[in-house]
Amino acid sequence: MSEILLRIDGIEVKAKEGMTVLDAARSAGISIPTLCHHEKLEPYGACRLCLVELDMRGWTRLVVSCLYPVAKDLVVTTRSEKIDRIRKTILELLLAHAPDAFDLQELAQEYGADRDRFEKEASFCIHCGLCVRYCAEVKKKHAVGFVNRGASREISFIPEVAAQECWNCKECFPLCPTEALQAAYVLTEALLSPHLHSQSSQTR
Amino acid sequence: MDKDRIDRIIDKHGCEPSYLIQVLLDIQAENNWLPREALERVAERLQVSMTRIQHIATFYKAFSLVPKGRHQIHICVGTACHVRGASRVLDTVEGLTGIKPGETDLDLKFSLETVNCLGCCALGPVVEIDGKTHGKMSPAETADVVKNYE
Ligand code: SF4
Ligand code: FES
Ligand code: FES
Repeated sequence: MSEILLRIDGIEVKAKEGMTVLDAARSAGISIPTLCHHEKLEPYGACRLCLVELDMRGWTRLVVSCLYPVAKDLVVTTRSEKIDRIRKTILELLLAHAPDAFDLQELAQEYGADRDRFEKEASFCIHCGLCVRYCAEVKKKHAVGFVNRGASREISFIPEVAAQECWNCKECFPLCPTEALQAAYVLTEALLSPHLHSQSSQTR
Repeated sequence: MDKDRIDRIIDKHGCEPSYLIQVLLDIQAENNWLPREALERVAERLQVSMTRIQHIATFYKAFSLVPKGRHQIHICVGTACHVRGASRVLDTVEGLTGIKPGETDLDLKFSLETVNCLGCCALGPVVEIDGKTHGKMSPAETADVVKNYE
């Protein structure tokens, strides 16, 4: 594997072919915020929070670092006024869907995002796809997937699969940045076995 | 929809995950909607997950996961039809059928959809029923046409 040299925030970074800009930055201890990235999963590019600027002979170009492959002599900036402004807006849009999500609030503080900027439309899921992809790529169970599209897109469990697999796994729960996933799971569970569910919540 | 019919459709294309959309389209065309058993059969034979099938079947408007009516009414609410009074035509049809866009009546007689341009704007407002295009429709004319369907 050939070594690639690039510059991130003025620091010379060594990377290997096939790495993304995000990988390279992290290996050099430079942090870039992400929401939909996960080491074990294929890059997805859903949240756009990891965007960075590339300097192309005087032009700047915005790319998402979790997808963009490293290349020789890239000049990357991970924070600038422009980047911060975009991240702030992205966060504000996400906060309209999940105003109380912990991960979002932390980031919001850093980027000065105002959770009340956009009218609330609490759908909780921010479509990061972590749960769906983790279940498919790592566990290979396909218990949860997306349905519909655009603004009405949401996650949905396949009840038959969920009934068999999820109870003993639940590995996707901590991945969800907004806890929408748990709510959807509890709903599926309740629909599947109203009897079992009311019992277990009584004894709890 | 029985298993043989589904299998026949699948066999026509082959058991490759990449034929999923074609297979679903054919089932939709033959059966007018995609019943759960059919999707399960497709999942099994094409080796695709139910999550993927569900994702695709809910993504494209061509698919329906609930039974459709015998007659499909498409009302154009594109810009040209809109300015020529499509919303009044839509109101009339909603009133006559008792359903809103995206719905099917309980007798499975009509399914109603709005579309964003049928490509013949000069004929606006345009109503399409079972693939037949009716142009320059007033609410009253629309009512006459709709009443003709059994
Ligand atoms: S439920 Fe949570 S983990 Fe799943 S896609 Fe939505 S936000 Fe992401
Ligand atoms: S982490 Fe790169 S787009 Fe979400
Ligand atoms: S807008 Fe109705 S046909 Fe084009």
